[in-house]
Amino acid sequence: MITQLIHLLGYDFVQNALVAGILVAVVAGLVSRFVVARNMSFAVHALAEVGFTGSAGFILIGLSPVLGLLSGSMLTALLIGALGLRIRERDAVVGVIMGFGLGLGVLFITLNSRYASEAFAILLSGAITTVSRDDLVLLGIVGAITLVGLGAMYRPLTFATVDPVVAEARGVPVRLISVLFLLLLAAAVAEAVQVVGVLLILTLLITPGATAERLTAHPGLATVASVGVALFATVGGILLALVTTVPVSVYVTTIAFVCYLSARLFSSLPIASIRRDRA
Amino acid sequence: MSKPMSTSASGPRTASVRPDDTTPAMCFDRATLAYGGRVVWSELSMTVQPGEFLAVLGPNGSGKTSLLRALLGLAPLAAGQLDVLGRPPRRGNPAIGYVPQHAGFDRDVPLRGRDLVGLGIDGHRWGFGRLSRADRARVEAALESVAARVYADAPIGRLSGGEQQRLRIAQALVGDPQILLCDEPLASLDMRYQQEITELIGDWASDKRGTVVFVTHDVNPVLGLANRVVFVVNGRWAAGSTDEVLTSESMSRLYDAPVEVLRVRGRIVVVGEGSGAGFDLDEPHHLPGHVGAHA
Repeated sequence: MITQLIHLLGYDFVQNALVAGILVAVVAGLVSRFVVARNMSFAVHALAEVGFTGSAGFILIGLSPVLGLLSGSMLTALLIGALGLRIRERDAVVGVIMGFGLGLGVLFITLNSRYASEAFAILLSGAITTVSRDDLVLLGIVGAITLVGLGAMYRPLTFATVDPVVAEARGVPVRLISVLFLLLLAAAVAEAVQVVGVLLILTLLITPGATAERLTAHPGLATVASVGVALFATVGGILLALVTTVPVSVYVTTIAFVCYLSARLFSSLPIASIRRDRA
Repeated sequence: MSKPMSTSASGPRTASVRPDDTTPAMCFDRATLAYGGRVVWSELSMTVQPGEFLAVLGPNGSGKTSLLRALLGLAPLAAGQLDVLGRPPRRGNPAIGYVPQHAGFDRDVPLRGRDLVGLGIDGHRWGFGRLSRADRARVEAALESVAARVYADAPIGRLSGGEQQRLRIAQALVGDPQILLCDEPLASLDMRYQQEITELIGDWASDKRGTVVFVTHDVNPVLGLANRVVFVVNGRWAAGSTDEVLTSESMSRLYDAPVEVLRVRGRIVVVGEGSGAGFDLDEPHHLPGHVGAHA
């Protein structure tokens, strides 16, 4: 099995998949911390689903589905940002936008020829082993922009996330930060869809952050842990899928879930809770 | 629109006035603030000198928090003028520290006390950055000053309300501000913590000659500290010393109803005339009756 794996690692498509997986996992792991802290799971779902509509629309007019996905989720991010900045109304706004977005998606699917159905299956459950060099370049660019953006707003984003009232009093542009983060999230969603697909997006954008929160109260370490979990699940999932016949996303979601459960178990241990209460 | 009731110009406080202390900490000049089309307070004129402790009193929804937002540069005035340390209010003014109401952090938020205090130094700056050694020393000193070093590394969501408020004060003071704005910092704290928090704020004010604006619906915890009071209700206001503002006459005029101010065992109790159904100053529209124990 190991020799088989080493043999497979020589193939281009395997290398592409691993590079793409690592890129996506780093972005997803970082963003995930804030998704969890800002209670944005539902928004992630909407960004992915309406991203799917974007893809379907682009396929219809003969353009790249990846770009369509990116456009769909970006547009959704802007709409959510424009209509629902207050936390209280955000869930409703996300639901309203997602409802209409999915309706459009159904329309695009109906209008598409039946040859497009394979593309839809790929979008829904992910197909990292089909990533091409060109896709990799696009993933790299989007990933780099996301990382630079996140790095640039890391401190005020943290402040606005954990302590919004004081952050505003100290001059942090809280509303602007909300919109900027939604846009970053849209880019991260479009990336992660390449690995796990629209339906399983929550696995990469929520589980790592949620796992990290259970392990440490140190914000820096939590971020590292989140990226670690995302990398472990993604790379592990790709490698396991190579030597079996089960799809990548099944392994990625399972590994991430096991990580989360282990973290829950760890945080309930007496040693851990003492550390958490009085470090 | 209602008229201001009284104005009280603040005189020089002590003999030892340093040259840079001649600039008032804040100066309202016929300032009017409207919020959502409603006038919160109109033509407020009041000068607060450095080192003064101003208690902002009034029922909920009377515009006490709006006063802080105006000082923070978050809510522009509808009319009149406001200067903070001789300049118009601006967002992110480093000379202002801010202590919010205790809201309680989520139990699992990955944040320690020292991180919260650190955000008080650099949380508003763009970028990823780490605190410099000098800044980490300032965080340490701020934690020390509120006796919070013992629990500075514990997850903040697992700390008690009083411990969290101590960290909030360290966060507000770590930038070495000249003015400390406190928005109901004692709300939902028990008596012991209320005392501790007020003492910390009082100590800072006297050590650094810092100016404090303390929004509260109950004046009693800060009676010993507040040398200025502004009472806001239904767009009207009254400003002056505690003895000038918290009188039966002035409060009756403010509420436009007979109100009696009693001093019982060092506490101030405001009571509306009449009997039966009581009302609290927090609910000014259910006039009149018993005004409750809050002033």
